[in-house]
Amino acid sequence: MKVKQTKYMRLSGLEPLILNENSNFINVGERTNVAGSRKFLRLIKEEKFDEALDIARHQVDGGAQIIDINMDDGLIDGKEAMVRFLNLIAAEPDICRVPIMIDSSKWEIIEAGLQVVQGKCVVNSISLKEGEEKFIWEAKQIKRYGAAVIVMAFDEVGQADNYERRIEIAKRSYDILVNKVGFPSEDIIFDLNIFPVATGMDEHKRNAIDFIEATRWVRQNLENVSVSGGVSNVSFSFRGNDGVREAMHSVFLYHAIQVGMNIGIVNPALLEVYDDIPKDLLEHVEDVILDRRDDATERLLDFAETVKGSKVEKGLDLSWRQNSLQDRITHALVKGIDAFIIEDVEQARLEAEKPIEVIEGHLMIGMNVVGDLFGAGKMFLPQVVKSARVMKKAVGYLNPFIEAEKGDFQEPVGKILMATVKGDVHDIGKNIVSVVLACNNYEIIDLGVMVPPERIIQTAIDERVDAIGLSGLITPSLDEMVYLAKEMQRQNFEVPLLIGGATTSKAHTAVKIDTQYQNAVVHVNDASRAVTVVGDLLNKKTSHEYTSKLKADYEDFRTKFLKRGKEKSYISINEARKRKYKIDWNTSKILKPKELGIQVLKQLSLKELEPFIDWSPFFRSWDLHGKYPEILTDDVVGEQATQLFDDAKEMMKQIISKQSLKPQGVFGLFEANAVFEDDISVQKKGEEIAVFRTLRQQLSKRDGIPNIALSDFIAPKQTGKTDYIGAFCTAIFGAQELATLYKEKDDDYNAIMVQAIADRFAEAFAEYLHKQVRTKHWGYDAKENLTNEDLIKESYKGIRPAPGYPACPDHLEKETIWELLDVEKNIGVTLTESLAMWPAAAVSGYYFGNPEAKYFGLGKITDDQVTDYAVRKCITKEKARKWLHPNLAEE
Amino acid sequence: MSNIKQALQDRILVLDGAMGTMLQAYKFTETDFRGNRFKDYPTSLQGNNDLLSITQPQAIKEIHAKYFEAGADIVETNTFSGTTIAMADYQMENLVYELNYQSAKIAKEVADLFTAKEPHKPRFVAGSIGPTNRTASMSPDVNDPGYRAVTFDELRLAYKQQVEALIDGGVDILLVETVFDTLNAKAALFAIEEVKDDRNLDIPIMLSGTITDASGRTLSGQTAEAFLISVSHIPLLSIGFNCALGANLLQPHLEAIANKTDFAISAHPNAGLPNAFGTYDESPEDMGEQIEEYFKKNLINIIGGCCGTSPQHIKVIAKIASKYKPRRVTEIVE
Repeated sequence: MKVKQTKYMRLSGLEPLILNENSNFINVGERTNVAGSRKFLRLIKEEKFDEALDIARHQVDGGAQIIDINMDDGLIDGKEAMVRFLNLIAAEPDICRVPIMIDSSKWEIIEAGLQVVQGKCVVNSISLKEGEEKFIWEAKQIKRYGAAVIVMAFDEVGQADNYERRIEIAKRSYDILVNKVGFPSEDIIFDLNIFPVATGMDEHKRNAIDFIEATRWVRQNLENVSVSGGVSNVSFSFRGNDGVREAMHSVFLYHAIQVGMNIGIVNPALLEVYDDIPKDLLEHVEDVILDRRDDATERLLDFAETVKGSKVEKGLDLSWRQNSLQDRITHALVKGIDAFIIEDVEQARLEAEKPIEVIEGHLMIGMNVVGDLFGAGKMFLPQVVKSARVMKKAVGYLNPFIEAEKGDFQEPVGKILMATVKGDVHDIGKNIVSVVLACNNYEIIDLGVMVPPERIIQTAIDERVDAIGLSGLITPSLDEMVYLAKEMQRQNFEVPLLIGGATTSKAHTAVKIDTQYQNAVVHVNDASRAVTVVGDLLNKKTSHEYTSKLKADYEDFRTKFLKRGKEKSYISINEARKRKYKIDWNTSKILKPKELGIQVLKQLSLKELEPFIDWSPFFRSWDLHGKYPEILTDDVVGEQATQLFDDAKEMMKQIISKQSLKPQGVFGLFEANAVFEDDISVQKKGEEIAVFRTLRQQLSKRDGIPNIALSDFIAPKQTGKTDYIGAFCTAIFGAQELATLYKEKDDDYNAIMVQAIADRFAEAFAEYLHKQVRTKHWGYDAKENLTNEDLIKESYKGIRPAPGYPACPDHLEKETIWELLDVEKNIGVTLTESLAMWPAAAVSGYYFGNPEAKYFGLGKITDDQVTDYAVRKCITKEKARKWLHPNLAEE
Repeated sequence: MSNIKQALQDRILVLDGAMGTMLQAYKFTETDFRGNRFKDYPTSLQGNNDLLSITQPQAIKEIHAKYFEAGADIVETNTFSGTTIAMADYQMENLVYELNYQSAKIAKEVADLFTAKEPHKPRFVAGSIGPTNRTASMSPDVNDPGYRAVTFDELRLAYKQQVEALIDGGVDILLVETVFDTLNAKAALFAIEEVKDDRNLDIPIMLSGTITDASGRTLSGQTAEAFLISVSHIPLLSIGFNCALGANLLQPHLEAIANKTDFAISAHPNAGLPNAFGTYDESPEDMGEQIEEYFKKNLINIIGGCCGTSPQHIKVIAKIASKYKPRRVTEIVE
């Protein structure tokens, strides 16, 4: 049969329930209904809510996808009972995972129910019985609370009891809901009234078949709606004969579902599988349901005498009860089932030497599983709280035995102060830990939120608490906790301090809090662990040992944490030398420079340097971050960058045309050999004219990763081969003067611009010169043809490291370059006291031509290399330490 | 109002980042929090960030302006705790109307400035409605799981007051956020619907839940989809998630709802997870990279940041967002 449907009803408990074309018939549990279950009524009357919850759980476990809850009884306060029971259900995740059906004939009970359920419920029910106005008002409210609704086929005239009346009322209700209220059509469920058949009265004969036919009409004509009904009504006249009732329910459903009934209030325990109904019974029942014969009722009544009893009630899966004792206890804790826990704990008690061992053994093992599952995201909080409740029940049972034993073990109960620290108002986590601890028989003194330290201290003293738990969610709370630890120390507290909350961490606790307090400090960030931790801390037998272990653990953690980053280890300089970067000098190609000696460049034009400019650092110097040229079109800084770039270009044009900046450079190419491992001897015709002292990496590295020094890129003396090295200095003169001119005109913008441009030119000059050297003067890469982009990416062979930069951080080496190239005399660049170059727009460094030469960072070095370096350089160790300071590994 | 709905069609809208993180940089002392007006107030006021809208309005305006400058289309008012329930901790219940009104007003002033400057990019103000510090569907008392520290009606009335003040102050949108208990959110939505009815006005509502733990559920235990279903009875401008998780960890939950609703989808994740010292150190670039995954997967209509995010984060996020088209609702898959 084709139903009219474009939208589907979506309900929710903790999990979604969607009624789409693929979903089977939705089974609503009916046992939590005081009108339908005498047992449930009795439990509610006697306020035995725990057992009442078991009924709800039983329904869900038995396959109910929605549970119907009804508290309409003259002898109970329906509103209060509804709220109380729904609140209790909300704490039972294995029940409230399914959507709730709030069932009452009183609006105030329905509304009270809607106000306490977080998921999308079903209201059962409203109708036109008391007129349109009330119907509309209630529907509007239900819509605003966000629930679906069951509409009874009932109007001002009365309850629909035949086919025509059913469709008349359904149609009218639908039109009002959809057109006047704007109620989502997919959230409308019609209850078309299931009335008993086989009552012996003629007017009841068509009760079932009229329902079925009306259902067909509704599903074909009223778009998106569902049809529901209380199925057990149909068999009312066979009360006492469950065998016949089960068959009647099944037959009724079988036919009603085919025509579109998709929800039903059914007791799954009272349902036979259609195919399992004996042929003869089936025939008699179908005759009645479908009104196929005039004498159907009499025939079924006669036949019913022969049908005895019911099959065994379908129940819970209890196979886990076959497992070992520990497994059963763990299962009970994980699933939050308390039905057998006393029985199991009793068995454990009898097997154990002392009752306390059951808590410390069986139960703790189970709780640890809970903790692990929670940590892994396989359980969520409400379930953990439930586990804790089972735990409480078990402990409660064991307590009298423990009491009776009295002796060498201590009271398991302790008093714990809990507080969210000053300045912080977050307390959900704290409340959860409190709940779990309280479940384990600890007395909790909860001071609430924003608790000033004085009050925590005073209460702790007054109440003689056994432990203090602090919680906080915001960062400043961490400092409050540190302060409190200090105060506890100052006032000679001895009780353990527990730290928890979203911002807290083991690291912070170990580093900042643990150090302030001599006694136990422990970071407990999840509720399920809190029990074991507190248990160990407060148990006199284990407390001392546990605390020392804890202290040691935090100490260790702290040391490791603080060393993190610094925890690199270093090898001796001698060891590092053995692990030098090895070039195979037998095969490595050494090319003699075409022009040895020193050359000065003075007649260079800026125009020639312009193409070598790397613009990205230029923007960086103006605090605009991004890569050139993309930065020019950047959404955020693009406009500014473009403006700046235009200004720079304009100024460059002027500078170039007026030649107001002057590039000057000097470079030299020399014979060289590595000597004494880390030195580079620079020679002229075999005679040493200078020595570069290089520094070697000392960080302990994986096997196969070398500890590099620049000298590794030059052939050692003992190879007998002559290698080569270069040195250079490029500078731009005139920037300072130009900038001063601008400054005098209060034009800081252009003053900075000049300097930024001069810096770019100095770098461009270095890049230009390096290329000239590679391709011409040294000529080892004569065929090189790289774009500016490649140059910036340093795709070329050979390197030009500069003293003061990562590969050779010692600025003192500039002095050697200055002497070797006679830089000051040749081009006029001087070194200041702090070894900065003047003019500032200058670059100096070495040339290494070996194809294997590469840039690296020296990293930290240890004292032995510093001593060695000082000796090699003939300077005092203090001087060496001063210049190498940023690279010294802390001792 | 159709303004924002139009903007939502055209592009991915950018929400601002953290307010608290920005305020921390000011290092306001108890005295600063009090200002002149509350210098003799009986309770400690440090930490009452909402109060700064009255005592340090310049700072709040500055922060709004920084976010707008960084590219945000929407800023949130400084009213996360602006209910009588949350303010009870500071004994400031009577100040709730003023707090919300002022916060809305100053945010709107800043927004109008930016809109005037860049009329092609109108700026909006979302009235931030936090979860309060009580839960309507969980008990804080172990011995009585049926106990509730707050009722639906108490929440509804408190929210109603906040909503009225925010609307009076001029907000364009109402943002019910950091929802960890769906029942609290339902009370807020109920209150908003009442105000809309009373005043015969329509105002767009954004709703943002919080997935708190590794099981992928809200604190009150609902899955992402169950949460979506529970609040879909009100016509929302957007639904999504914020806080608790960084962008990458939030993604599966966004995926869980994105193809199940025709509301717009929003996300304002944290800048990663807090480090050992409670601060967030995920860089704007790292966060941006993760958020770009959302865009690539067509998950998002409104994007912003929660704890630990700064204007730098929003700047990077806004830039990436500008390269992508907003999520289109194609077909709701059941």
